[in-house]
Amino acid sequence: MSTITPDTKLDIGHNDDPSSNYLTCSSGFLSWAFTLDHKRIGVMYLVGIFTSFFLGGLFALLLRIHLLMPNGLFPETWVNMNTYNQLFTLHGAVMTFLFIIPSVPAALGNFVLPLMVGAKDVAFPRMNLASFHLWVIGAIFFLIALFTTGLDTGWTFYTPYSIETQTNVIAATIGAFILGFSSIFTGLNFIVTVNTMRPPGMSWFKMPLFMWAIYATAIIQILATPVLGITLLLLMAERLLGIGVFDPSMGGDPVLYQHFFWFYSHPAVYIMILPAMGIMSELMSVYSRKPIFGYTFIAYSSIAIALLGFLVWGHHMFVSGQSPMAAVIFSGLTFSVSIPSAIKVFNWLATMYKGNINLATPMCYALSFIFLFAIGGLTGLFLGALATDIHLHDTYFVVAHFHYVMMGGTVIAFVGGLYHWWPKMFGVMYNEAWGRFFCLVVFIGFNLTFFPQFIMGSRGMPRRYATYDPEYQIFHQLSTLGAIVLGLGMVGAVAVLVWSLFNGRKAPANPWGAATLEWTCTSPPPFYNFEHAPHVGSPYDYSQLKYDPQVGGYVKDPNAKPASDHH
Amino acid sequence: MQSILADTMFFPPERSSVAGSVDGLFDFIYYLSAIFFVGIVFAMVYFVLRYYQRPGHKEEPSPSHHEVLEITWSVIPSLLVGVIFFYGFTGYLNMREAPENAYEINVRASKWNWLFVYPNGAESDELHIPVDRPVKFLLQSGDVLHSFYIPAFRIKMDCVPGRYTSTWVIATDTTEAPDPNDENAKDGHLPMNLFCAEYCGEKHSAMRAKVFVHEPGEFDVWVEKAANILEGRSPAEAGEILFKRKGCAQCHSIEGDMSAKYAGPPLNGQWGTERKVTARGTTETVTMDENYVRESIRQPNAKIVEGRKPGMTVFTPQLLKDDEITAIIAYLKSLK
Amino acid sequence: MSAAVDHQDQAHHAGDDHHGHSPFQAHHFETMQQQFDSGKLGIWLFLFTEILMFSGLFCAYIIYRYNHPEIFLYAHKQLNTTLGATNTVVLIISSLTMAWAVRAAQLNQKKLLIWLLSATLALAGVFLVIKYFEYTHKFDLGLYTGRENVMYQLQHPADFQELHEEVEENLAKQAEEKKEAEAHAVSEAEAVDAHPSEEHGDEHAAAHDSHGHDGHGGPEQFLDAPRNTQIFFGIYYMMTGLHGFHIVAGMIAIGWLLSRSIRGDFSSEYFGPVDYVGLYWHLVDLIWIYLFPLLYLIRS
Ligand code: HEA
Ligand code: HEA
Ligand code: CUA
Ligand SMILES: [Cu+2]
Repeated sequence: MSTITPDTKLDIGHNDDPSSNYLTCSSGFLSWAFTLDHKRIGVMYLVGIFTSFFLGGLFALLLRIHLLMPNGLFPETWVNMNTYNQLFTLHGAVMTFLFIIPSVPAALGNFVLPLMVGAKDVAFPRMNLASFHLWVIGAIFFLIALFTTGLDTGWTFYTPYSIETQTNVIAATIGAFILGFSSIFTGLNFIVTVNTMRPPGMSWFKMPLFMWAIYATAIIQILATPVLGITLLLLMAERLLGIGVFDPSMGGDPVLYQHFFWFYSHPAVYIMILPAMGIMSELMSVYSRKPIFGYTFIAYSSIAIALLGFLVWGHHMFVSGQSPMAAVIFSGLTFSVSIPSAIKVFNWLATMYKGNINLATPMCYALSFIFLFAIGGLTGLFLGALATDIHLHDTYFVVAHFHYVMMGGTVIAFVGGLYHWWPKMFGVMYNEAWGRFFCLVVFIGFNLTFFPQFIMGSRGMPRRYATYDPEYQIFHQLSTLGAIVLGLGMVGAVAVLVWSLFNGRKAPANPWGAATLEWTCTSPPPFYNFEHAPHVGSPYDYSQLKYDPQVGGYVKDPNAKPASDHH
Repeated sequence: MQSILADTMFFPPERSSVAGSVDGLFDFIYYLSAIFFVGIVFAMVYFVLRYYQRPGHKEEPSPSHHEVLEITWSVIPSLLVGVIFFYGFTGYLNMREAPENAYEINVRASKWNWLFVYPNGAESDELHIPVDRPVKFLLQSGDVLHSFYIPAFRIKMDCVPGRYTSTWVIATDTTEAPDPNDENAKDGHLPMNLFCAEYCGEKHSAMRAKVFVHEPGEFDVWVEKAANILEGRSPAEAGEILFKRKGCAQCHSIEGDMSAKYAGPPLNGQWGTERKVTARGTTETVTMDENYVRESIRQPNAKIVEGRKPGMTVFTPQLLKDDEITAIIAYLKSLK
Repeated sequence: MSAAVDHQDQAHHAGDDHHGHSPFQAHHFETMQQQFDSGKLGIWLFLFTEILMFSGLFCAYIIYRYNHPEIFLYAHKQLNTTLGATNTVVLIISSLTMAWAVRAAQLNQKKLLIWLLSATLALAGVFLVIKYFEYTHKFDLGLYTGRENVMYQLQHPADFQELHEEVEENLAKQAEEKKEAEAHAVSEAEAVDAHPSEEHGDEHAAAHDSHGHDGHGGPEQFLDAPRNTQIFFGIYYMMTGLHGFHIVAGMIAIGWLLSRSIRGDFSSEYFGPVDYVGLYWHLVDLIWIYLFPLLYLIRS
């Protein structure tokens, strides 16, 4: 599947032919901006997404530093209450809508999924490109909001405040609306790709679990995002035409808005975590060199999470004035969602059993994911329980909870996955030592940032507070300190990858010895991925592969006995 | 359930009848989670140390699925969360249902301050409640969403514009105003924090108030005092409060605003000045003195300032006592 | 020959097919069938999102109708049932022509296909024209959204003095006209009309007859409106507006099909796009089939 050119004696599966390499086969701005190639679209998403992350992170750092002092560290003239409100709103909005929702599916999913199914591209390449262009337009609208008046509604746009505030809510909602469609297009594309483009021999239960996860995610994107769309439309109509559906002064109902919003935004949190869980399933198996434990349970639990996730939105509204009956039902359902997640965690652990654990950087991230996601998820139980949520709602306990699951879960898994697929994407190996080092820095910084927030939260520190009671100062100071460490860690982790682009050594086709199809083509893949749909084996059967020191990666073992199917 | 972590770093002091059970549930989940978490991390670390890649070590085949195992670790957590759910909602229900005999306080939230209205008409911007007696809070919002949150009581409820919401509490300990020259005053005796917990715009984080809990006797004294405004205030101060409460401020500017925004004439800097008025059709000139003001309050339509329409409320002695008028007069004199 | 070389030329004429199949088969599909199935699944999923999007509005509708039935009972009288019904018929026929068009494409009847697509397009146009008249008529009566809505303004006289005075004098006028007992509704209708015009006059007449209104078009006719009636119009404009937007989008799509069918792209082995747009069009019609009774035909 790779290229043999006279000067390479040994074919390590690196793509040495610039005219075949998808990165170099054509050049110029337009060849990227209007490419239909899923790999290039994935790469462009990757760049856009990290830019947004650093932008959001910058806001986070600013607001953290402001919180060093009970009345704000910065002089009034620079960061006052208003600017603080803008900081956390923009931080939340950028991180959710621009960064985390597209992160794994649009960047890694786009690149990896078609390769995993041995296809030449996703089902609708044009729609895929459109999805990226929509993302860019959406981002522009956010920037408009940012540079005109800013935005101070909180990322939740709760009415009636979002109707009466002077800031540019319209621009932001248009942005979010467009981003919604971008996300729908991605999801739609993946569902169709998985359904119609699997090669002969890849039955549903021979799919890599990453595909299952992306598939489940896509289901949520299709079912939930349109509701966000209409909610935002109504909100715009509220501001432009004053239709009054959400506006109490016009006889409308603000709690209805919250129902609409969370009907999307709770499933959205599973849009954020499911792909990350998919990455986890791949990493745990590959780096333990063991077939994933409980394949079917993990596969089904993804679908279960996707579907149950639609029934629990009310747990964000326990004190909003919804009926006690509703609150009780939503609380009950909330707990049902946590079980599939539990199943996944246990299966990942079991996968390591009797394995041959390779502590490469991706695995380090995978392990810290288990640690952090367990904390984040378990604290979800405190919030799901009615009596305790009354006390904890809208305190820093919630803030800590969702950073543990979003940053500690999704982002960590995302970075892990990025390190895992990096050699395939760009054909270079990063520096292991530095990779691991920054993984550690991020891990420490992260816990230092957000663990204190649990404590101040249960002590009653409300969220979205620009100024606070001195009693909480010590926790805020620890948190800020951690945020700086975390920031440096993230910058470092990305720097290691960027550095490898210029001086990393050539990557072999299969450096980690993974059995999924994307590793059977060269690194980086040729423009058309595969000449003919490759032979499909079990995605987690490693008996066929053996390490070859000369290649610096894994190759088919000539004298291996035929595959023994593990499920 | 009672709490073991109570008065540890995890919680503010418990000052209400429900706080104990809330913290109790918190502990239960906390220890449950701790067990699972420690187990998970232990397993993880053990596997890593035992099976990490090294020369000579190779993976050994082992079954890649095990129904019994899967069922166990699905069912056990399910049962446990079932328990959590149960305590969660029983605790919640008796936090929602206020008893009949509860003492009722109206809470009016608006950007960015709290107003507490007591059954006898007393108003204050600090919350004062009696100890050991159910107190029901009837929550209203004048503008956007706010949330009534007292950490020490473990209660929270949103104030939603256009509808009433409510919550209630039985305070278990009294507070005293902080005593500067007593260092080791237990923090339990300091007034407690009341936060606005729902984002409501610029000064959201400044929308706080103090909560005082009194012995029943003490409390009754306090509300009486609060209700009667003249007590312990200079007449001018009392007058100012009355001027706002009785609604004078809605029709009379005190910034000399003549515009139609105010139905009545402005009242600042007017004392002792002359004005043209129409009395029973005839125009005459009067100076603004005690009697003129008193008349204008008791029989507003007797003399109408030129260019104004009649229509001011007639303040009978039931609405405004004589000595209250005196206070208002004192206030008007003070207005420059 | 090394793989690289033909990657290269694939790279160069990307997009066009290198399998020697139908010129319409995209490079990344193995077979025409696979391409068709993908498209079909894709469009179905897309329709699903559309349904969910509208379902948000339907929820809002149900909740308010459940909480304030009186608003809906009162306000729906302002909608013109005859025009609504006509539009329903128009759309049903257009659905028919569209379905037929798909059939024609499958049977290679290229001429017929062109005719049917044009017909569908025309009917869609008719729908929009009728909707335009419905909207403008409401605007003339001052039935806008929110604070602009005349009913809201009537209920808040303090904030809308001049409207209040106008109503006062209209009522006065009517009183004496009652005495003279020879008033005609249209005259007042035009009295409030910014630019009186023949057509509007008829419109009013039509509207009022069809509602058995006792005839004066001025704002005072809404004095009996229940509180917050403006919300009904908010919902009405959102629903019909969003639907109208979908009609326009559909017209663009059909226009595109038309141009391609004139170019003769579609045949019995390639008619996917016609099929997909057809499905979309049926959905848009279906949504109207729900909107019509929900908004126009309200019985307590
Ligand atoms: C990636 C995103 C993500 C994920 C995966 C989750 C997962 C969960 N969340 Fe979280 N949540 C958010 C993002 C997320 N959340 C955000 C952004 C908010 C705040 C929004 C805002 O207000 O701004 C929020 C807020 C939030 C609330 C509202 C709090 C409030 O405002 O009052 C609640 C309440 O029930 C809740 C519960 C849960 C639960 C039960 C889970 C469960 O799915 C967790 C399941 C996982 C586990 C349980 C851990 C793994 C299992 C084990 C370690 C084995 C042992 C398990 C058991 C014994 C059960 N979350
Ligand atoms: C994926 C989602 C995500 C992620 C990754 C993060 C990441 C972080 N978040 Fe955020 N956060 C949210 C989603 C997220 N957050 C949401 C949804 C809210 C709620 C908003 C609301 O209430 O409406 C919130 C709210 C929130 C708050 C509460 C504010 C309040 O309620 O008053 C805080 C406070 O500490 C915080 C902190 C942080 C920190 C320190 C990080 C760190 O992890 C950030 C680490 C990264 C960096 C520090 C960037 C590093 C870059 C540089 C150092 C240099 C910059 C360089 C260039 C620009 C080129 N976040
Ligand atoms: Cu009031 Cu926040
Ligand atoms: Cu949620």
